[in-house]
Amino acid sequence: MTISRSPLAIAAFLLAVPGLLISSGGDVQATLAYSTPVILFVAAAVALFTSVSIPSLIVVLILVHVVAFCLIDLLGSMLTARPDIGYWCMVASSWLLAWFSVQNLAGLKLASAQAQRLVNFALPVLFGAWLLILWEILVRGFGVPSILLPPPSMIAGRIANSVPTLWVDFQQTYLKAAIAGYAIGCGSGFLAAIIVDRVPFLRRGLLPIGNLVAALPVVGIAPIMVMWFGSYWESKAAVVVIMTFFPMLVNTVAGLAASGAMERDLMQTYGSSYGQTLLKLRLPAAMPFIFNALKINSTLALIGAIVAEFFGSPIVGMGFRISAEVGRMNVDMVWAEIFVAALAGSLSYGLITLIERAVTFWHPSYRT
Amino acid sequence: MTVVALRPKAQSMPNATPTNVIDVKDLSLVFQTNDGPVNALSNINLAVNSGEFVSFIGPSGCGKTTLLRVIADLEQPTSGTISVNGLTPSEARQKRAYGYVFQAAALYPWRTIGGNISLPLEVMGMPKAERASRITKNLELVNLSGFEKKFPWQLSGGMQQRASIARALSFDPEMLLMDEPFGALDEIVRDHLNEQLLKLWAKTQKTVIFVTHSIPEAVFLSTKIVVMSPRPGRIHEIIDCNLGAERTLDIRETPEFLEIAHRVREGLRHGHSYDGE
Repeated sequence: MTISRSPLAIAAFLLAVPGLLISSGGDVQATLAYSTPVILFVAAAVALFTSVSIPSLIVVLILVHVVAFCLIDLLGSMLTARPDIGYWCMVASSWLLAWFSVQNLAGLKLASAQAQRLVNFALPVLFGAWLLILWEILVRGFGVPSILLPPPSMIAGRIANSVPTLWVDFQQTYLKAAIAGYAIGCGSGFLAAIIVDRVPFLRRGLLPIGNLVAALPVVGIAPIMVMWFGSYWESKAAVVVIMTFFPMLVNTVAGLAASGAMERDLMQTYGSSYGQTLLKLRLPAAMPFIFNALKINSTLALIGAIVAEFFGSPIVGMGFRISAEVGRMNVDMVWAEIFVAALAGSLSYGLITLIERAVTFWHPSYRT
Repeated sequence: MTVVALRPKAQSMPNATPTNVIDVKDLSLVFQTNDGPVNALSNINLAVNSGEFVSFIGPSGCGKTTLLRVIADLEQPTSGTISVNGLTPSEARQKRAYGYVFQAAALYPWRTIGGNISLPLEVMGMPKAERASRITKNLELVNLSGFEKKFPWQLSGGMQQRASIARALSFDPEMLLMDEPFGALDEIVRDHLNEQLLKLWAKTQKTVIFVTHSIPEAVFLSTKIVVMSPRPGRIHEIIDCNLGAERTLDIRETPEFLEIAHRVREGLRHGHSYDGE
């Protein structure tokens, strides 16, 4: 029998022992209260007394998640009582075991590419899962008021119960304001960059003024846009246009200057026209810069659309909902909106990254 | 000194009467810099016949690259006249009279090797079928058949430079202007490419103007060596050089070769190329 020397496994084992002996608190008499420490002890023993291998890691991972589920379930059966020291020992032990397995999983060198891909996918999922598990246990275990920080289960329940509301808000803020503003802002920034690049006096005169526009605070321009374009989504799109225009302009101008002197001389030796050089050399060379702007703008657009709704909007929209529900102390709804915004933001960012990879496959950072 | 002479006609040149493709008279070029004017080129007189292989040699700052760029209409002379194919350099460039090979391959990384060779043809509005056949033909010419679908970064430096030569030849220009094309390569690859270039020149019978700072390279390749000297950039001496059509690298050991190399080195010394620095 080989004993794993990992200090994580040793600590997890040592913390699993008091779970067997000390009360976990409350007045729980269910089978769960007795079986949880046993399962945890088994998991810790496997981690400590077997050599690190894929089967042993899988066993530890399964057991530790069963324990996590039981621990959360135990909180529910404790009613108003607070969990005791034995409970916290088990939490610490299972957390260390999860840490131990993720660490060893990340260190694995797998022969099959498919298995490696699975592990690469599992790592962030496990990480995220344990963030939520600890959030749930700590918030409920210590009785943090839900107005300060609701547990994830409460937010999930709120999301499940408010799908229609969330969907209308999402349509209003994301599908209408953010996407329209993003498309117009990025498109006009791109066209402006082509013109600025073509007309030298604009580059010297317009770019510094563009800097000024970029420095305008959203909170300052949003009420003015509401006055100009009304309180419906058009005013939010206008805020997004102002926010996204400049990053696209600056990046595209820089990108158009990125092609080398030699490459441009080459086009000149072919007697290439301005348009041909633009299409065949300068725009392809500018693509990494343009995608940078598209990625920056995808997050800016969502922020802009949400914040702009704080300054007057119809009774729909993610920003409206956030400000209204905070006022009514419904913090779980605020978190539900935050979750939707984060999901939409990271999905659109991911989509743009995928397109970027396909378009700029030739760039040194992506070459295979 | 018997080695010298022998006009390029002696080579496998079917062109009966060599005509001047390039005529440079009293040409000067002054760059205006922050440190005052710099005489990049001063009173250049040069005639290049059709089918010749002419090398410009000299230390850095002697204006050899600048002279090539003036011929290519990438720089404008301050005074004097220059004609390329009887036209101004600008007209010649618009008529695609030359293919230019730079110090680096300058292949576009988002295009395949085939796509890079197709680039000038696309700019010139050639139909697709014609482009495809020219890509195949020119890749064969530089021994890169089978690499059409590869991307430039997947090839070695020597192969990239060969691809860039194929690109310069793809639209069948009368002239090939080469600016230290092998300067960035190691000597073994360079020797190999020198031999290949010589064969290519014999096969295509193009006029080649070749900028280099390597004496053996210039002597090995050229029918005419233009020795230049710096401050101000000017032509010090023009040395005829013709070591016969069937040259191999072994020729560099022969007394004829060493004799010409010695003359080039003497020319560079008298042009004060070895002073200063």
